[in-house]
Amino acid sequence: MSVLLSVKYFFPEIVLTGFAVAVLIVGLFVKRRAVLGMFCLLGILAAILLMPQSYQATSPLFSGMLINDSFSEFFKEIVFLVVGLVILVSMGYRAFSDEDAGEYYFLLLSVLVAMMIAASSNNLIMIYIALEAVSLMSYILVGFLKTDRRSSEAGLKYFLFGALATGVMLYGISFIYGLFGTTDLAEISRVLAAGNVNIFASTIALLLIFAGLSFKCALVPFHMWVPDAYQGAPTPVTALISAGPKAIGFAILIRVFLKNFFPLFPGWSETVSVIAIITMTAGNILAINQENIKRLLGYSSIAQAGYILIGFVVGTALGIQGMMFYILAYVLMNIGAFGCVALISNRLGNDYIEDYSGLSKREPVLAFLLTVFLLSLAGIPPLAGFFGKFLVFAAAIESKYYILAIAGVINSVLAIYYYVKIIKFMYLAEPRAGMHVSVLPVPATPGTGAVKLALIIALIGIIVAGLFPGLFIGWISASLL
Amino acid sequence: MPFPLLTSIVFLPLLGGLLILFIPKERTGLIKTIATAATGLALVLAAALVLKFDCGDLAMQFVERSPWIPQININYHLGVDGISIGLVFLTALLGFFACIGSYGIKERQKEYYFLYLLLNTGMLGTFLALDLFLFYAFWEIVLVPMYFLIGIWGGPRKEYAAIKFFIYTLAGSVFMLLSILALYFTSNPHTFNMLELAGSGSTLAKGFQIALFIGFYLGFAIKVPVFPFHTWLPDAHVEAPTPISVLLAGVLLKMGGYGFFRISFPILKDAAIYFALPFAILGAINIVYGAFVAMAQTDFKKMVAYSSVSHMGFVMLGLASMTVTGFNGALMQMFNHGVITGGMFLLVGVLYDRAHTRDLDKFGGLGAKMPVYAGILTVFTLASLGLPGLSGFVSEFMSLIGGFAAFRLITVISVLGIIITAGYFLYMIQRVLLGPLNPVWSKITDINRREIFTLAPLMIVIIAIGVYPLLILNFQSPAIINLIRHIGGALF
Repeated sequence: MSVLLSVKYFFPEIVLTGFAVAVLIVGLFVKRRAVLGMFCLLGILAAILLMPQSYQATSPLFSGMLINDSFSEFFKEIVFLVVGLVILVSMGYRAFSDEDAGEYYFLLLSVLVAMMIAASSNNLIMIYIALEAVSLMSYILVGFLKTDRRSSEAGLKYFLFGALATGVMLYGISFIYGLFGTTDLAEISRVLAAGNVNIFASTIALLLIFAGLSFKCALVPFHMWVPDAYQGAPTPVTALISAGPKAIGFAILIRVFLKNFFPLFPGWSETVSVIAIITMTAGNILAINQENIKRLLGYSSIAQAGYILIGFVVGTALGIQGMMFYILAYVLMNIGAFGCVALISNRLGNDYIEDYSGLSKREPVLAFLLTVFLLSLAGIPPLAGFFGKFLVFAAAIESKYYILAIAGVINSVLAIYYYVKIIKFMYLAEPRAGMHVSVLPVPATPGTGAVKLALIIALIGIIVAGLFPGLFIGWISASLL
Repeated sequence: MPFPLLTSIVFLPLLGGLLILFIPKERTGLIKTIATAATGLALVLAAALVLKFDCGDLAMQFVERSPWIPQININYHLGVDGISIGLVFLTALLGFFACIGSYGIKERQKEYYFLYLLLNTGMLGTFLALDLFLFYAFWEIVLVPMYFLIGIWGGPRKEYAAIKFFIYTLAGSVFMLLSILALYFTSNPHTFNMLELAGSGSTLAKGFQIALFIGFYLGFAIKVPVFPFHTWLPDAHVEAPTPISVLLAGVLLKMGGYGFFRISFPILKDAAIYFALPFAILGAINIVYGAFVAMAQTDFKKMVAYSSVSHMGFVMLGLASMTVTGFNGALMQMFNHGVITGGMFLLVGVLYDRAHTRDLDKFGGLGAKMPVYAGILTVFTLASLGLPGLSGFVSEFMSLIGGFAAFRLITVISVLGIIITAGYFLYMIQRVLLGPLNPVWSKITDINRREIFTLAPLMIVIIAIGVYPLLILNFQSPAIINLIRHIGGALF
């Protein structure tokens, strides 16, 4: 489709970019985080309303660079949800100052636009550019607390690892271009289908691209940055990078690998299943001994990525449905959990799990919410996290990947231990004297209501998706590639 | 549309629990009233269910079915037959009386009763679900409130006991989930319906059946608990508050046994036959080993906990026999053990409330100070050790008869368990009730009216069934005969 015609289908991104620039300018004059946040939410709402209602099934935009299909629509809605909730959580995070609010929201909306573009990229170069944009904004967001040494350090670490990963990915893309003479995914499929490709060289290229995406999804061995970046980043940003880029990373994995390359390289499923098993196991084992809840949730989200990868290995319709449902559930429960952590650290001034002792007495609602999110992450029915696991395990069993399924359930048991450990501190342990930092009576932070709203949305989401998954499966199966 | 009786039974407690969430936590009287009303109403409906139940009808009764997740053919599907009706009634019965037994809980009552009621819904749902997915969901829901109930209101080592319970039982059930999924994908058309699977499961290759059976076994055996998976049970029992011990022993252990009856044996019958001998051996180990360990205990509650391990061995032995008598004995043993041991735990609680110790060596001569208590304790003890005329005898006897036909030597060894059981229970009576009065207890008061109210109905059930076992057999036997016919066991 020509550029001019394409613009018609690109309205949501354009509008959001407009809002991003506007919030940056308005932020110079209006120094109120809540007001600017509402303004951003308005922008997201406008973008949602402008989403094209009907698609010409495979109508590539901008000379095939982007594609608007129901698959990309699904992931766009996911990132709307992510950023919308993160904005709400940010409104009540104490460590942020109102001074930088405009800048902060500008970055959030820009990440959102970049993620939307990544979701509909149909060309390796476009994928690269979009992902790079997502990453750059994320690096800045992670290091956003300029006066906090940990935050800056986390941003730098994230940046260094990320730069390496994208470099590797770009190298892989250049291989593909050399071998196929194109970076257009549809074109590549056609060449592949005709046979006559150098399998060895293409495998190398795909490995390199896979490595780059593994970084986004935090798969072992590209997970090293996770604990430090998660811990150092401002908690709302942790929620964002644990949910948004990861969802997009998986979307691209599905689009690039499952649709185009996967079927032609039979050895792939074995390789990726090994990665899945190692990712789950390493994430869970490393999480067990963490004392900081953000690090713990960081390792747990590595493990969660391993479960999601089971659906990818299987690669059947059920497998992809499972991944998509899991990602939806994961986004809700992870942002929910980090939202709770943000509010709790407003109170405590730190994130040590031991200091959560007796929280159920001081903050009963918050403790309850965090418990539900943790139980969902642990996969206890009837919450959404359970059904996500159920679907990916089902997909594995259906396609006779028994070892993968068994590894998955053993890992679910391992994970129970540390999720329940947090619950144990909140409900079973008495508050102790001599905690890491004494709990000062902190004046109620403005914006707590907004965070609670985000938490309640996430809570309702995981309960409804857990009790009536059928509602969502219909939507998901209509969005399959 | 007919009145959804089963749904009402399952969800009435949860409804009460949700109601409690909206009541200020200071109004403890109202909270207790709601909890009692919810469990009481569930008991009334369960009694109505028993009265309306048609013993001659072999099909599932009061079936409720509606699509839940149609994309993968998951249904909300409840029903009751001769195998589950006794357990449903047992759960409602103990649920109500343990609720009254909970009045002694003084702290965080709002949370307690909410979790307690949620637990009841999970247990009732497990026995009524006919869809494997629904069954699994109810099964897992039970874990969460149980974790908190042990962990918050339990004894000194409550945290350890709670997390051990949680991880042990979850570890078992996730393997069950894999087997459920494998059954689903091998059925044609794909279904989670237990009744349909009972028809198609036996067509699977034997090796595959065995693999699936092991998956289910891990889930059920940990719950029963079968040696060597029993170690969570004494910990959980000892630490749990009295009413929760009652439900743990009375109902939760039965979920495992029920799983064998409802899922493992009918669906994977070749594997069940293949595993009969190991089942019998494990049953005998449970009976004898559990009894010996119980004998060594000085903690009253721990003794009763290990006696549960022993008594549940009869369920395994009866199941292994593949005979109608053995199966009847096993199923009845689950009901009887629930009533008897539920009562035993209440009695331990009565004593503990007054003495604040459970050390058997510290009592003595209480029979004279607490005559009513002594009488009731004696009845429950005699029932538990299998005195003819009381309910425990009938079911153990039937399990042994069934077992003897199939595995002579193992059954002979198992009988030893009864002798040891008699030994440690009588020794307990001697240490608690007889002998000179320990002067520490000179001011101890006898059992009060509320406590008698919770125990008397259980005692009536024990005596009634002991004298006239057909009360239960009429309900369960036709279903058992049908099941044995389906598996291909011996019809005697």
